[in-house]
Amino acid sequence: MSQDEFHDMLPGHAEFQLPTPPPPQRVNGRRPIPEKPAAEKPAAEEATPEKPTADAPAGEHAEERPTTAEHATSAEHATSAEAAESTETVTLAAEKPAPRVAPVKKVAAKRIPAKKAARARPETRPEQPEKPGSESAAGSGRAAGSQSAADSESADGREDAVDVWDRRVADGLAFLRRRLAGTYRVDEFGFDAELTDAVFHPMLRVLYRDWFRTEVFGVENVPSEGGGLVVGNHSGTIALDALMLTTALHDRHPQRRHLRLLGADLVFRVPGMSELARAAGATVACNPDAERLMTSGELVGVFPEGFKGIGKKFSERYKLQRFGRGGFVSAALRTGTPIVPVAIVGAEEIYPILADLKPLARLLGLPYFPVTPTFPWLGPLGMIPLPSKWMIRFCPPIPTAHLTEYADDPLVVYNLADQVRETIQATLHELLQKRPDPFAR
Amino acid sequence: MVTSPPSVVVVTGVSRYLGARVAARLAADPRIERVVGLDPHDPPARLLGLLDGVERIRADARAATEAIAGLGAEAVVHLAVTSVPDAEHGGRAAMKEQNVIGTMQVLAAAQGAPGLRKLVVRSSTAAYGASFRDPAVFTEDTEPRAVPRGPFARDILDIEGYVRGFRRRRPEVAATVLRFAPMISSSAETSLTRYFAQPVVPTVLGRDARMQFVHVEDALEVLHRSVTEEHPGTFNVAGAGVLTLSQAVRRAGRIALPLPESALSTGAALLRNLGVEQIGLDQIDLFVHGRVVDTTRLIREFGFTPRGTETAFQEFIEAHVAGSSLTADRLAAAESAILDGVRRVRAAAEASLAGSDRP
Repeated sequence: MSQDEFHDMLPGHAEFQLPTPPPPQRVNGRRPIPEKPAAEKPAAEEATPEKPTADAPAGEHAEERPTTAEHATSAEHATSAEAAESTETVTLAAEKPAPRVAPVKKVAAKRIPAKKAARARPETRPEQPEKPGSESAAGSGRAAGSQSAADSESADGREDAVDVWDRRVADGLAFLRRRLAGTYRVDEFGFDAELTDAVFHPMLRVLYRDWFRTEVFGVENVPSEGGGLVVGNHSGTIALDALMLTTALHDRHPQRRHLRLLGADLVFRVPGMSELARAAGATVACNPDAERLMTSGELVGVFPEGFKGIGKKFSERYKLQRFGRGGFVSAALRTGTPIVPVAIVGAEEIYPILADLKPLARLLGLPYFPVTPTFPWLGPLGMIPLPSKWMIRFCPPIPTAHLTEYADDPLVVYNLADQVRETIQATLHELLQKRPDPFAR
Repeated sequence: MVTSPPSVVVVTGVSRYLGARVAARLAADPRIERVVGLDPHDPPARLLGLLDGVERIRADARAATEAIAGLGAEAVVHLAVTSVPDAEHGGRAAMKEQNVIGTMQVLAAAQGAPGLRKLVVRSSTAAYGASFRDPAVFTEDTEPRAVPRGPFARDILDIEGYVRGFRRRRPEVAATVLRFAPMISSSAETSLTRYFAQPVVPTVLGRDARMQFVHVEDALEVLHRSVTEEHPGTFNVAGAGVLTLSQAVRRAGRIALPLPESALSTGAALLRNLGVEQIGLDQIDLFVHGRVVDTTRLIREFGFTPRGTETAFQEFIEAHVAGSSLTADRLAAAESAILDGVRRVRAAAEASLAGSDRP
């Protein structure tokens, strides 16, 4: 038996396939040309020939911002026909995901807090024309027709805004009371779902959506229920990619699943950080915890590169480091949990490590001490990540249920780890081709 | 596996709350003929009433030989394991004497007793030690990563080591080791319940330990079952669910005072030396690392589910309302007061707006 035949016989190796490379793309300069049917958005290309192409380059890209783009163009057409009062405000309003709330709530908070209590519709109507300025700001975002339509719309909007603020205040107070009275639930790993949803995710979402402009592909590859082991590449000096992956899964997955990260013990050694990590659902990276989480049907996130990955130099970017001992594979095999490789592009550029001050790191007990273009020089300002463009792709899951008895076979474990590694590396290259410019929009 | 209950049972540590309760409960069981309590100290007056049906031998563990072999004991329940040094009875030295040497002597006597069928030893979840690299949930098979620094935890490791030796030498005796989470109930008084009963509770800055409790009644039930039935092995005994320390403090309506760990250790050492309160390194370790155990094996083997940690703690809170300041009721009242205030301000604003619009 030749070595190749022996290799093919091994379980986990026969199924191994490199991901098929994407079909060649026609490019216009450095930007891919969208292959969308021309009928859908000719207006977009006419009105702003360059901008929307960057937003929606190809097939899956379209899921990120097509609604806002279409919204903008349709609104523009409608308004430019009759009242070209301010195209800037229209586009500005259309850019924001929730354009109406911001202006409306100001108006409402200022002058009609009482309207909700009174509920006097006939009285509110006649008052409306007094404030044409505020009306246009509030209404023009969706003003498609006559002024009167906009009036009645915005009147409803104000009523709603008062209700919304009432509800928000009440919700906020109830949340505060629950926190202060301790009547929330924490699971055995210290995961506090309420705190995570109410505080951590909204904060991370700002980074995720507005700062890194993250695009997510293949989220349907993540199982909707039951356990799963999400294995990613690690980069970016501090483990922001893990947090962004958590946010991506929570925001984009139809089941809004929580990712339970496995963290290095350094994280759990530091006071304060350890409890934040636990409350956000992380736990120490060890096989008992990973297996317990997976058997209880949780989605576990692991970065086998560890500090080797996040502490690598900028010149090594997007080169996967060694995958440790493959402990994550044996944990998945023992529980029969599918492995979902995930490639994260963008984290390498947020803090490009130019040098590593090893003696200082040893002095401080850190795995590395990074020198980035900004970090020690600008002090705290250097902690602001560079706004790179992020892309996250979930690869098809690798089933392991049929390999449960091989959990202690180092060859199978190593093969599978290698397969996961190759998949991530190939997907990274594919994503990098999609993103020619690290700081693209 | 259920066999006939033993007819003669020796219980050590009956001068303490748990020992007295277990002895009384065993004495009340009609299937058990004789219950002998072995303790070097006299029980306090409030426990004496419990010990009516119990024969007491006032002697230390050296007398265990005659008690166990001489009385023909069929079961030994070893509960003379103290978690906190008792200043009245000799402090840490006496605690170690009782925990380690006492266990050695009891086990030596048990080894020499031909009629012995059962051995039940009280242990603690402190046996898992405390380390940053510990898994979040301990099963019975988890080994401690390092020798813990707390004296009680070290004693527990020694005790369990002796029981392992005993099992090797007397494999036909069903040896049950019960690792209890901190016990709590409306009436029991331990250093932990005293800690939670303070109006301001010091905690560790930057740490929020995950805690589990077991209700004393459930602990008694498990102990009773392990005497009357046969459940050899090691079992975690804890209530399902988890409370973090800050959450527990908030639920108790107390105010947490986070202190850096070093300050807390120093303060505890000072209090210990002054003899005011005995907060040991064990407890500080618990507050830093937390401790959660898996009770699947207990539930499967004993067919008994202890009440949850939250339920047990709630019972404790209800018995200790005095001294609480930030109770749930007051918070709810404050919340509705703020909401009322918002509504009132809005009504006033509406009225003034209507007034200014009219003319």
